[in-house]
Amino acid sequence: MRDDGEVSTAPAPAEVERPETEGFVLTQVPWVTVVWNDPVNLMSYVSWVFRSYFGHSVRKANKLMRQVHEEGRAVVSDGSREEMERDVEAMHGYGLWATLEKAST
Amino acid sequence: MTTGFHRSRGGGAHAHFEDVEARMVASMAAQIVELLRDGAPAPASRADAGDPLAEAVGLGASGPLLHPDDPVVARLLPDAYLDDAADASDFRRYTEPGLRDRKAANAAAVIASLAEAGTDLAGGLDAPGSVGDSAGVDVELDAAGVDVWLRCLTDVRLALGTRLEVDEDDEVRWELLGDDDPAKAMHDVYDWLGFVQETLLRSLG
Repeated sequence: MRDDGEVSTAPAPAEVERPETEGFVLTQVPWVTVVWNDPVNLMSYVSWVFRSYFGHSVRKANKLMRQVHEEGRAVVSDGSREEMERDVEAMHGYGLWATLEKAST
Repeated sequence: MTTGFHRSRGGGAHAHFEDVEARMVASMAAQIVELLRDGAPAPASRADAGDPLAEAVGLGASGPLLHPDDPVVARLLPDAYLDDAADASDFRRYTEPGLRDRKAANAAAVIASLAEAGTDLAGGLDAPGSVGDSAGVDVELDAAGVDVWLRCLTDVRLALGTRLEVDEDDEVRWELLGDDDPAKAMHDVYDWLGFVQETLLRSLG
């Protein structure tokens, strides 16, 4: 953060024209990894996967697992598209049904 | 009948299996290996070179891969994108060969651990001996072995469950089948593998 001491010359916030940012985003579009419910995988196994791969506590892993089970799906991670592809590939390696999609804001 | 896995002192887990049980697990794992190696896409040929960068780093198949026809394979290797076939195909191209290899390697490692424990794999499922009249085998797993077994048991159950079209809360459907129905026998194996996996998970906690 900059501080050059010329406080009096700075324009009041209302005078600054609001820049047009619509459609021009410098930050990466956030993506999410979604795990879907399936009738085969054991609840204890899904929870173990969340602990092993994401390093979640038992409590957090169980909460996510229940969300998958009860709501049919749960967002398990977010980040760049490349990161989410890595997470989805890892979930497939564990046998979980996972997809990635753009985060809905 | 096995009581499943128990925690080992110093980490890992161990289980005692009857010979038929051990051969059953080995046979199921062998089918996973076969399933994943059968449909594996051919590596890029010299005449039909794919993405040179992908090939240089040893990644990917020669062309876009489509959603597998066999529902079992499709469940083991699902689409990563729900509503974009081109993105799903691209993802498959870069990840499917590796996933097939790793899943097949897990199944092969399970078979190896059963062989090491003294399972007579040459005998197959029809070999003489029934539950209770044999010495059985003792399987010892370290932490890495536990991980491999959990993943492989999952793949076997996914394959059986998909083939049987199991659904949640469908126990009555299986109870109504006659004892001579092959689907019932297959479902019994599916249930039993779930029991074994549950004991392995419990041994960790």
